[in-house]
Amino acid sequence: MAKSPSSARFRTPLSRARGLGASKHGVSHFLTERLSSLALIPLGLWGVFAGLRLAGLGFEGATEWVAIPLNTVLLCLLLVTALIHLQAAIQVVIEDYVEGFVAKSALVIGNLFLCVLGGAVGVVSILKVAFTGAF
Amino acid sequence: MVQLTLPKNSTVKNGKHWPAPAGAKNVRSFKIYRYDPEAGGNPRWDTYDVDVDACGPMVLDALLYIKNTIDPTLAFRRSCREGVCGSCAMNIGGRNTLACTHGHAETPGKAVQISPLPNQPVVKDLIPDLTLFYAQYASIEPWLHTTTPEPQTEWKQSPEDRSKLDGLYECILCACCSTSCPSYWWNGDKYLGPAALLHAYRWLIDSRDEATGERLDDLEDPFKLYRCHTIMNCAQVCPKGLNPAKAIAEIKKMLVERVV
Repeated sequence: MAKSPSSARFRTPLSRARGLGASKHGVSHFLTERLSSLALIPLGLWGVFAGLRLAGLGFEGATEWVAIPLNTVLLCLLLVTALIHLQAAIQVVIEDYVEGFVAKSALVIGNLFLCVLGGAVGVVSILKVAFTGAF
Repeated sequence: MVQLTLPKNSTVKNGKHWPAPAGAKNVRSFKIYRYDPEAGGNPRWDTYDVDVDACGPMVLDALLYIKNTIDPTLAFRRSCREGVCGSCAMNIGGRNTLACTHGHAETPGKAVQISPLPNQPVVKDLIPDLTLFYAQYASIEPWLHTTTPEPQTEWKQSPEDRSKLDGLYECILCACCSTSCPSYWWNGDKYLGPAALLHAYRWLIDSRDEATGERLDDLEDPFKLYRCHTIMNCAQVCPKGLNPAKAIAEIKKMLVERVV
C-alpha cells in the first residue's frame, strides 16, 4: 500500500478513503479497451493472413498489394485500432504500478503522444505506398 | 513504484522454537509471524510444535491452545469461532481465510504457516490494522438512501428483488478478499477493493434504494472501481463463498448501461 504523506497524518480515515472523490470518468476507457479488442479479433486474423500473403509477394508485389483499396483501408484500421488498444492498455499498466503524480502523468502523456505519433507515421506511410508507390 | 521486496525492517527473521511436550504423539508444527512494534526489531517466525490430539481441529483451536498453554504473548483476534464475525481472518498456508473454519489438517506441507492478512500495517503479531479498509466500506454509504417520505410501514420489496441481494448481503467484512487482491496491494489507498465494491453493488441493486445514480457517480473513477482487473483472488479466497469480482463486473455493466 502507498505510504501516506505526513500531511495526511491527522486526516480521518474516512477523509483518506474518500480522497479527492470520484473523477466521474472511466466508462469511456473501459469501453475503448473492450471495443478495440473486439475489433482486433477479425482485424488481427486478417493481419496474419496479410503478413503471410505479403511474405510471398516480393517488393513490387507487396507495393501493389498495399495499393488495393480494401487492403489499404484494412491496414490503416488494423494499425489505428491496435495503437488505440495499446495506448489504453499501457495506461492501465502505468496507473497500476507507477506512484507519484509527476512520474505517472509524464508516462501517461508520453504513452499517448508516442501512440498518436506511431499512428500518424504509420497511416501516412501506408497511404503514401498506396497512392504514390514505395519511392 | 511498486515494491516487490520487503524493506529491511520488515524482513522476517527466524525466531524461537517451542518443542512439543514429551510424550506427544501427533505433533504438527505451526510457523507463526510475530511482530511487536513497541518492542522494536524485525518481525520473526516462531515455530510451535503442537500436540494436535490435545486441541480442536481448526487452526483457531491450535492458536488458542498455543496462547493458553505455550506462549500467552501471541496476539490474534477472534470472537464467534464459527465463521460469522470475520475477526480471525489471517493468511494460513499462503491463503487468506478464517482460522475458525479452516482445519489445520487441510493445510498441506510440514508446518502450518500463519501470518497476518497481507499488505496491511501490523498492530501486533496476527492483528492487522484495518482502519482504512473499514473507512472505505463507510465511504460507499452502506445504508438505504431515499428521498420519498418514509412509509407508515416498511419499505416494500418483492421476493424476486430481495433474492437479488443473495450472494451479497452475506459478506462479513473479514477483509480476506481485499487483502488478497494485487490491485489493492498496489493502489489500496485509492482503489476501494473487492469488499467495499461488493457492498456498493449490494446497495446499487437494492430495489428500495433511490440513489443509484449518485452511487454510480461516486464509483465511476479509474482508481476507485476500474483497478479491478478480474484477477479473481477475491472469489478464490472468500470464506463465505461469495464472488466480489462478479459484483464489480455488474457495477461496470451498470455504468455502461448508463451511457449506451
